[in-house]
This record gives sequence, structure tokens and C-alpha cells, in this order.
Amino acid sequence: MFPIVKKRVLNDTVTLMEIQAPLVARKAQPGQFIIFRIDEEGERVPLTIAGYDREKGTVTIIFQKVGYTTEKLDNLNEGDALLDFVGPLGEPSHTEGITRAAVIGGGLGVAIAYPQAKALHEAGAKVDLIVGFRNEDLIILQEELAAACTDLTIMTDDGSNGHKGFVTQALEEKLKAGEQYDVVIAIGPLPMMRAVCNLTKPYGVKTIVSMNPIMIDGTGMCGGCRVTVGGETKFACVDGPDFDGHLVDWDEAIARSRMFRSEEAKAKEKLHKCRLTGEARSHA
Amino acid sequence: MPNMSLKKNPMPEQDAVVRAGNFKEVALGYTREIAMEEADRCLNCKNAPCVTGCPVNVPIPNFIAKIKEGDFQGAYEVIRTQNGLPAICGRVCPQETQCESKCVRGIKGEAVGIGRLERFAADYAMNEGKVSVETAPACGKKAAVVGSGPAGLTCAADLARAGWDVTLYEALHTPGGVLMYGIPEFRLPKALVQKEIDAIRALGVKIVTNAVVGRAMTVDELLEEGNDAVFIGSGAGLPNFQKIPGESLCGVYSANEFLTRINLMRAYTFPQHDTPVKVGSRVAVIGGGNVAMDAARCAKRLGADVTIVYRRGEEEMPARKEEIHHAKEEGIHFRLLTNPMEILGDENGFVRAMTCVEMELGEPDAKGRRRPVAKPGSEFELPVETVIVAIGNSPNPLIKKTTPDLPTEKWGGITADENGRTGKAKVYAGGDAVTGAATVILAMGAGKKAARAIIEDNA
Repeated sequence: MFPIVKKRVLNDTVTLMEIQAPLVARKAQPGQFIIFRIDEEGERVPLTIAGYDREKGTVTIIFQKVGYTTEKLDNLNEGDALLDFVGPLGEPSHTEGITRAAVIGGGLGVAIAYPQAKALHEAGAKVDLIVGFRNEDLIILQEELAAACTDLTIMTDDGSNGHKGFVTQALEEKLKAGEQYDVVIAIGPLPMMRAVCNLTKPYGVKTIVSMNPIMIDGTGMCGGCRVTVGGETKFACVDGPDFDGHLVDWDEAIARSRMFRSEEAKAKEKLHKCRLTGEARSHA
Repeated sequence: MPNMSLKKNPMPEQDAVVRAGNFKEVALGYTREIAMEEADRCLNCKNAPCVTGCPVNVPIPNFIAKIKEGDFQGAYEVIRTQNGLPAICGRVCPQETQCESKCVRGIKGEAVGIGRLERFAADYAMNEGKVSVETAPACGKKAAVVGSGPAGLTCAADLARAGWDVTLYEALHTPGGVLMYGIPEFRLPKALVQKEIDAIRALGVKIVTNAVVGRAMTVDELLEEGNDAVFIGSGAGLPNFQKIPGESLCGVYSANEFLTRINLMRAYTFPQHDTPVKVGSRVAVIGGGNVAMDAARCAKRLGADVTIVYRRGEEEMPARKEEIHHAKEEGIHFRLLTNPMEILGDENGFVRAMTCVEMELGEPDAKGRRRPVAKPGSEFELPVETVIVAIGNSPNPLIKKTTPDLPTEKWGGITADENGRTGKAKVYAGGDAVTGAATVILAMGAGKKAARAIIEDNA
């Protein structure tokens, strides 16, 4: 069992947990992910590693309540434990030779962009971190983000924090102003990563994205996580999760992310079924 | 006077129509009476040709003699001297090409039902007898076994019985490898695999799940931790695709993914279990091996109309005759001499059909199998919503990548001699990781030989 040693609610839908998992903490590196399973009936769900403490043997995960399992996870508290927690999986992000980088995080992607920015910043690179949220209330990890980069830009869709617009707009301003990045790293929802890639392509800036497709085992066995990159089939779990965003087949990746949408709705119904009457109730 | 019937006692089975709607075991097993009657067909040949056909050298006439006497526990104990997983082998071994192919009774009539008798003895011990086996006193030697499939389990069990301190590392959350994620419940009940694994635990083998060697730890680290030997039985887990257009559409699965969802994650009980599996009303399974049959029969049980699409003829199918027969009985269609060319999607990226071409058999290839050639102008569309690709697997690259001085073959397999010795000191390997995708029993044979080599090298 893998105990939850710390739980911190970051906003209404995003939660941070520190999990006691020494085997994972020992080897974890930025860009890698874990797979967890809550209980005997549970599904295996991949999550990017948001941080780790090798001495304490803990791994930090940050997740958004988007589906049945993440909601079930959110119902657990400090002292509870996960049945399975395996990793580190995937290839670590490459940080060598990067002196100037822009790291872009959208929504929950911010949680994953954070360790990447931090790793580059600590390695001595000059890092512009651009993150986006729907509104000011949803902003998470502000202090940590500021400490993990050279320059932090926080955008909100509704402008409630004074910076209205998408992350792509902030990035575009910097590119137009002549910033020369060795690499742009984009992490977040698929449409946001695609938008960043479309923006950087004409500038010829290498753009790395972190894919988080449907998968089961995370070791190359199921092939469910296949992504077409430069016309070749890659497995995100063993070849990725980082890929050259200019080569990713985005239409396909977006279609594949929807494969189990109707089943996901059915599973959520189960979560919200009243234990007393057995009737489904709508989620407020 | 032995029972001179030319026919093997048939295996009692669930009715084909009924079983196509459930996941319960198809073959029900011999009763005591049938088992003793079948055992009586064995001539107890002095030179025991059957044993030479067994990759793990089970003393076949000896255990059958015990069944004949009604000493079922004794029969089990004889088998266990050579085979750590008898209940599994009795079910999934291709006896028709191994022990039973050498049986003297098979010259005129049918061979003795060795597999069915093995299963009977193992089931008896599990349900009514004892499964404990004696181990040698601790010898002070320590081994790590990577992968808990048939090769790893066998190697671990044999080392433990010789007094070794053994730790088994498994990447998934449940030990058993292909026995758990691949072979379906109706052919190999998971509770039974669990019992076999418990029996191996009872030998003192420690099992660490959720441990990916090649990520969380390397082979070299296992050696640095004081292991006298490391055995790699990581299998052939990387699914192959045909590389035809449309393979990334929603509704296309590798057989590994499809079977893992169903067997390991129990998606057939969704939403009781949380993992879903989506199956259309019409399913095509590409391939002609046992895995293709397993996938097809699973899809059938989930309510689909299922067609096997195979580019050669039935004679060339690598699947066991029995599996093909069971699949046919359950109403699975066979489109033989048919090759998929493209999978077609709808506007949402879901499969709607598969374009195929008819084939005819040409000249034999290097392996002697006649090479299929496309018939020009015979293309047609097969309307399906789900496609399952079951055309084989390649070895997992994680260990190769993280163990640079471990010699490997061009195609990715680990280079090892017939006793599992690799080109790296103290490191042994066996099973599909060395041979490429093969059978449970061959992997067990490799695990067994490697255990023997490890013990010899450390004597």
C-alpha cells in the first residue's frame, strides 16, 4: 500500500497529494509519470510526477477532478492509502544544453509545467514561465511558480487577474519581441498544446509537448498510448511522454482521447449513485 | 489388461451456446471415474517416449500410474517434482505437439489424454489435497527474478526449492504475467493462477509488484544489492501492428490491450470494475494464433459478431486445433486467405469498416509455410466497429536499454544459450524475452533450465 502523507486542495477541482513511494522517489526525474490504482476494482491511471523527495521517499502528484477515478482519488485523505503506485515511467525530459526556454502550462498542465521549469531553472537556464487559468480563483501554486523561473506570466481567460488572454498570446508577444528560445515546452490540454505548436512553427522554435494519452500498463505492453509522430507510431509510455510537437498528429491524438468518453460518463454515474436508494443523481 | 479404447475420454465442456455468453471455464475437467478410466489407457512404456516430448520432463507414466491406483495426491506430487505449475500446464500446454505426439497409443487411435490427466491431478490437490512441497535448507545464495510470468515463476520456484533466497519483481500490480493479463478466464481461471502463485510464495519466494526493472531499478543495481544471479523473464510484451492506414483510429486495439482490459482489469464486469472496454456489434480480429482466438472468443462473450481475418489458410494457422475448434463452435466466423489493407473511420475518428483483399497461397517460404499472394481486383469492405490486431509481439526494450553490456539480437531478444546463460556474468534469461513470442510451457522449460544453470554455476 502507498500512504497519502499530505493532501493540499489547490482550488475547487485541483488537488495535490504526496504519496509514500520510496521505489519511485529514488529514481524519479522531471517529465516522467506514475500509474496509480486506488483499489481492487480500480482502473490504472497515469499522472505526471509533479515533484519528489528522495530522502522522505515521497512523490508529489497533482490532479484535476475530470473523471470517475480522479474524483474517487480526491475523496481520499491523509492517512488513506493507494493500492498500487508504480513508476517512474517514461523517458525523463531532456534539459542538457538548454540555456533559454519558455515553459507554457495550461490548466492542470501548470502542475506539470512547474517541475519542468524548476529543473531547467535550477540547471541554470533562463526560463520564461507562462501559465493560464480560466479565472483568478483557479490560479494555483503561484509562489512555487514564481520561484521556478526567471519571468512568470499568469494569464486568465476572463482577465480577472489583470492579464486577459490565452497563454499563446503571451508567448506570441515574446516571440514577436525577438526572444530567442532554445526550446518551448508546452504542457496542458491537447488543443492548447496544438495552439502553441501552431504558433511556434513559423518561428522555427523547437517545441516539446508532453502527451498524456489513454494507457493501461505504462511499460509498452498495451499499445493503447500510441501517438503518430512524424508519420511513425510511437508509444507515449516508452518513447515519450515528451515529443516534438511540430511532428505530432494532433487530430488523431484528440480523437483518441475521446475513445472512452461514453464509458467515462457511465462510470461517473456509479460514483453519484445514492447508496440509500440506488438511484443516480446529477452532480451539482 | 489396459483400457484398449482407441479414443481418448472426451473432456466435459460447457455447452457452446451457453458458454459464448459467459466467462466461466469452458472445459470442466475429468471426474475421478473418467480420470481413472483414461489413466488405464496408458501402457506405462519402459522408455516413456512421452517424457521426451515434455519441455519440463514430467515423469508422465509414473503420475498416470498413481491416478490408475486412485492415489490422486500422489500423482500431483510426482508432477510437482518437475513442474511448478501443473494446473496451468494441464490447461494451456499444446500437448498434441509435445507429450501426446510421442504417445505410443497415438500410433493407432488417439494418444492418452496426458494434459487432461495432469489437470485432473492438479485440480484434485488444489481442491481436496495439499499443494505444499518441501524445500532444501537455506543455502545462503540470493537471486532476483525479473518478470513473474511462466518463465520467472518456474525459475523462482526451482531456486527456492534448492534453498535460494529469491525475490521476484513484477511490473504490473498482479503477478502472473501473460497467465493473468493474456489468457482469458474461460481458458485459465484467474483464481487458479492465484493459487499456483500462492504455492510459489509458500516456497519462500518474495514477490514485489509495481516494480519496473529498467525504470525503478536496473539489472546492475540488482547485482550490486548482493544477488548472486539475476534471471530475466520479461517476456515479449510489445505489440506489433501491421502498419496499415487507420490503425490509430478509435476502436482499434492491440490484442494485448484488449485482453489486458478484459482479463487483468476485469472490464467485462464494467462498471462494477472501473476499467471499460468498448466493443462494437461487429468485430474483426486480425491474426491466426492462440492470442487471436482468445481475443475473438472474448469479444464474442461481450456480445459481438466476430470474424477472424487471417491471410493464410486454416492449415497454416498457428493456433492450437482445439482453440480453432472451440472458436468455431462458439459461432466465430473465419475469413481465411484474407488480408486487411486499410481500416476506415467515420467523421469522429471511430472505425466503420476494414478494406481487405483476398489472397491465394503461392510458393512455400523459408519456414515451409506457403506464402500468401493478393488476388488482384478482389478488394472488399468488411463493415466492423472494432478491430483487434493479434499479429504477435516483440520483446520489451526497457531492460535492453538500461543494461548496455547485455548482448541482444538484432530483433531485440536477449542473447542466451540453451541453459539461459547470457553474455553478461551472473545474468540469465529465458522465455519469450529470448525466443520471441512462444508458449507458456517453453517459457517454463527455459526458466527451469536457467535455474539449474544458476545452481550449477554457484555450486
